[in-house]
Amino acid sequence: MRREIPMAITFIVGFVFLFAYFIPHPPFNEFENTFNDSFSIIAAFAIWLGALNLIKISLVKIFKKKSDVLHSSFIVISFLVIVFFGFYDGIRGLYADPVFSFRDQGTGFNWLYEYVYSSLSATMFALLAFFVASASYRAFRARNLEATILLIAGILVMLGRVPIGDLMTGWLPDAFQISNWANWIMNIPNTAGQRAIMIGIALGLVSTSLRIILGLERAYLGGD
Amino acid sequence: MTEESWILPNKKTALVVLILLCCFSYTAGQTSDDSLNIVKDSLLTPPPDVTPVMPKNVTAEDIPNDAGGSIRITWDLSPDDHVGGKVKEYRIYRSDQIDGDYEEVGASMMGQAGFTDNSAETGNQYFYKVAAINYQLFNGETVWQVMSETDPIGPMKSTAQWFNMDRLNVFIGIIILCGSIIYFILAAKGGKKFYIRKIAGIEEVENAVGRATEMGRSIYYIPGINDMDDVQTLASMTILGKVSEIAAQNDTRIDVPVSRSMVMVTAKEIVKESYSKVGRPDAHQEDQVRYLTDDQFGYAAAIDGLFIREKPATIFLMGAFFAESLIMAETGNSIGAIQIAGTAMPAQLPFFVAACDFTLIGEEMFAASAYLSREPKLLGSLKGQDVGKAIFILAILIGVILESFGVDVSRLFSVR
Repeated sequence: MRREIPMAITFIVGFVFLFAYFIPHPPFNEFENTFNDSFSIIAAFAIWLGALNLIKISLVKIFKKKSDVLHSSFIVISFLVIVFFGFYDGIRGLYADPVFSFRDQGTGFNWLYEYVYSSLSATMFALLAFFVASASYRAFRARNLEATILLIAGILVMLGRVPIGDLMTGWLPDAFQISNWANWIMNIPNTAGQRAIMIGIALGLVSTSLRIILGLERAYLGGD
Repeated sequence: MTEESWILPNKKTALVVLILLCCFSYTAGQTSDDSLNIVKDSLLTPPPDVTPVMPKNVTAEDIPNDAGGSIRITWDLSPDDHVGGKVKEYRIYRSDQIDGDYEEVGASMMGQAGFTDNSAETGNQYFYKVAAINYQLFNGETVWQVMSETDPIGPMKSTAQWFNMDRLNVFIGIIILCGSIIYFILAAKGGKKFYIRKIAGIEEVENAVGRATEMGRSIYYIPGINDMDDVQTLASMTILGKVSEIAAQNDTRIDVPVSRSMVMVTAKEIVKESYSKVGRPDAHQEDQVRYLTDDQFGYAAAIDGLFIREKPATIFLMGAFFAESLIMAETGNSIGAIQIAGTAMPAQLPFFVAACDFTLIGEEMFAASAYLSREPKLLGSLKGQDVGKAIFILAILIGVILESFGVDVSRLFSVR
C-alpha cells in the first residue's frame, strides 16, 4: 500500500490535469484549481519540515563540533533573529492603532529584508556577470571549427547589441551593418536551434509524464 | 551700525511689503476662483450638436471553448469615433429582460469595437445595449455628458463547452504521441529489443561516481530549484535514485542539498531506498539530504560555499535551473570537479555547456532514467518518443513546403 496509494493519486491527478486542459466545462476546471490549492497547502506545511531539518542539522554540527560550526551558527542565529522580528513586529502591529503588518516600512523585519536580505541577494546576482565572463572566455576559445563559429557569432551578436557596433558599420549599406547581422543570427539560426531543443523537451515531457501517470516510472517513490 | 538686509532696508518696510503681498495673493486667489467658476458655469451646458452617432451592427456571442461566464459584445465604430470626434468611450449596459433596468457592466475606450462581459452567469439570458458617450471634464469632474444608445440585442446565454476546439491540434498530437509510446511499451513488454543511441552524459555517470570514489571525496547532487510539481524535478529524482545506488555500491558519500521541503522529503526517501537496495543501509546518513533555503540566490550562495569548503570530486546538476545555474556550475568548475548537468530550461543550457563536462540537453535528461535502468518498458517509451519526433519532423517539412508555395497552414499548428 505504501506504493499503491501514491501511484493511484498520481494516476487520478495526472488524468484530471490532462482532461482539464481540453475540457473547460465544470467540474474539470474546478478540479484543476482544487488540486493546485491542495499542493500549495501541502507545500506550506512542508516548509516547516525543511526549516526544522535545517535547524536540526545545524545544531548537531554546533554541539558535536563538526566542520562548519561557524556557518551553522550563522544559520541558527539568522533564523532566530528573522523569526523573532517577524513575530515581534507581527504581534506589535496587531495591537497598534492603526494596525500594521510585520512587512510594513519601519519594522525590524522590513529593515532586515531591505538592508540585509535584498543586498545579499543582489550581490549574488551581480556575481553572475563575472561568471559569465569566465565561462565565455573558456567557451569562446577557438579550439575547433564549432568553437570558432561560436566565437565569431558571439562577437557579432555582442557588437550588434551595443552602440559601438552601429558606430563602426553605420556608414555601410544595410546588408553590412553589424546590428542587422546580430539580428539575423538571433532570429534565424538561434531561433531554429532553440525551437529544435524545445520540441525535444516537449516530447520528453509528454513521454515522462505518461510514464509517471501510468506508473511505469516509480523511482520518485523510492527505489524502482 | 545696525545690520539691515540689502533687500528690505528695515522692519517697517518689510511689514508693508508683506501686507501688500498678502492682499495681492488674496485678490489673485479670488480672481482665479471667480474666473474658474465662470469657466465651469460656461461648460455646464453642453454645446449644441455634441451627441455622438450611436454604434451600429451590435452583436453578442458566447465566448467559445470556455468554462462559461463570458459573453463577447462587438459593434461597428460610430462615425464620430475619431481623434477630436464626439465619441469619448463606449459603455455597455446589461439587463436580464428586454425592457428591464439596464445596468452598466463595463466600458471600452474610443477606437475599440468590442467588450467581453466576464460577469455573466452561465445559463442566464441577457440583453445588451451599447452607448456612445461624449462628456466634458473640468478639474476631474464631469460637467456634462451626452450619449446615444443602441436598441437592446439578445437574448444571449453563456455556456460551458465540453471540449476546447482551439486545442484540437494539440489533442491529436498527444493522441499520436501517446499512442506511439504505448505501442512501443507493449512491444517491449512482448520481448522486442530496441536500439538506443549512446548519450555521453549518461554514459559518464558511473565514471564520474568512480572518480569520486578514487579521490576519496564526496558527490554533490543538486536537483534544481523547482518543487515536486515540475516534471524536471521528478526526472531528476529518478536519476538521483540511480546515482545514489552507484554511490552506495562504491561506498562514496552523496550529498543532496535541496531548496524545497517537498523535494527534501522525496530525495530522503529515494537515497535511503538506494542504500537499502544495494545492501548498505548502515552507510546511509540522515544528513545526506538536507534542506537549505527556498530563496534562489540564498541557495546558490549556500551551494557555492559547500563546493568551496567540501571540494567534491563530482557534481550533478539535474533539474530546473534559472539564473543561479552558472553561479553554481562555474564554482564547481573552479574547484576542478567533474560536472554532469541536465536541464530542460533552454536559456540555461548554454551556461551548462560552457561550464560543465557533460550536459544532458532537454529530452536527454528525461531519457536518463530509462537509459540508466535499461528496463525494456521504459526503453520502449523512448522509442515511441523518437517515432513521435519523426512524425513532427515530417509535419514541419510538409509545413515548410506548403508555406513556400503560399498555402497557409500556420493555423493548424498554432496553440491557443
